[in-house]
Amino acid sequence: MVELLADRFNYAVIIVLMMVGLYAVIASANLVKRLVGLTIFQTSVFLLYITIGKVFGGEPPILPGDVAHGYHAEDHFSHAVYSNPLPHVLILTAIVVGVATLAMGLALVVRIREAYGTIEDVEISDADYSSEVERGA
Amino acid sequence: MIQTVDLTQYFDYVFMAMLLSVGIAVVRLRSLFAAVMLTGVYSLLSAVWFVSLDAVDVAFTEAAVGAGISTVLLLGAMLLTSRECNPVPASRHWAALAVVVVAGALLFYALGDMPVYGDPNSPANAYVGMEYMTMTVDDIAIPNVVTAVLSSYRGFDTMGEVFVVFAAGLGVALLLGLGGAAGKRED
Repeated sequence: MVELLADRFNYAVIIVLMMVGLYAVIASANLVKRLVGLTIFQTSVFLLYITIGKVFGGEPPILPGDVAHGYHAEDHFSHAVYSNPLPHVLILTAIVVGVATLAMGLALVVRIREAYGTIEDVEISDADYSSEVERGA
Repeated sequence: MIQTVDLTQYFDYVFMAMLLSVGIAVVRLRSLFAAVMLTGVYSLLSAVWFVSLDAVDVAFTEAAVGAGISTVLLLGAMLLTSRECNPVPASRHWAALAVVVVAGALLFYALGDMPVYGDPNSPANAYVGMEYMTMTVDDIAIPNVVTAVLSSYRGFDTMGEVFVVFAAGLGVALLLGLGGAAGKRED
């Protein structure tokens, strides 16, 4: 059990970081604070993927110039150690998509502020409830 | 089980401790300005850790997009809405804590199925990811393998990403009104 955890301590800490973000998403009544929690959760997931791709003793996945053009490539790959490039590619895409969704969410929050005058979710549902009572629903 | 000792793994503990303290501070703060700025710090710290994890391209993007553009967007939204948030009521705090503890316990239960950290022979690292390294030499012949995979082998992914960014930009423009149209509609 201890050895299992010691070999994977990075995932254990990242799970705690993810849960810190998830707590902020659930507990925050303020919509901007909730999106901040979502950003922390998202960054922690990026860390999870990148640590999976790490190889101890490895180098960043950038080839020397002569190897990239095909000179003594076999000789180079027989001893060179690189970290896995595939998680890096997936997370590059995820970072950009994450910012796009964050911008969308913040635009919604700004519109909610224009319509309701508040961004606390309890006050928003109170305003919805009292307008329904006024209409006699 | 870990064959090679990598000096960068000693940095991990430092970055983990810093990320944990910044993350918990963000959750506890009631001033939105401080929370937003600390989120930028969190992104920047993770970018530094990405460098030590050999993900230099990801670190570059995270520092520019995660710590830069995200922080600016959050600051702008904060200025248009409010500066302070209300304190969390006790019932909500305990409900959120219960959900988080259960979800975290389930994830910890699955921890044993994860590959060993830094293992070059783990299934995640042994097959397709490493094949890209050797294939790039024959197929594309550029030094940066991440660029080769991003724009060539997985080019459709990147095209989909462009569509998502376009749709999000369109959505933001429609929600906030193009060229002051939102102000006119109120009249």
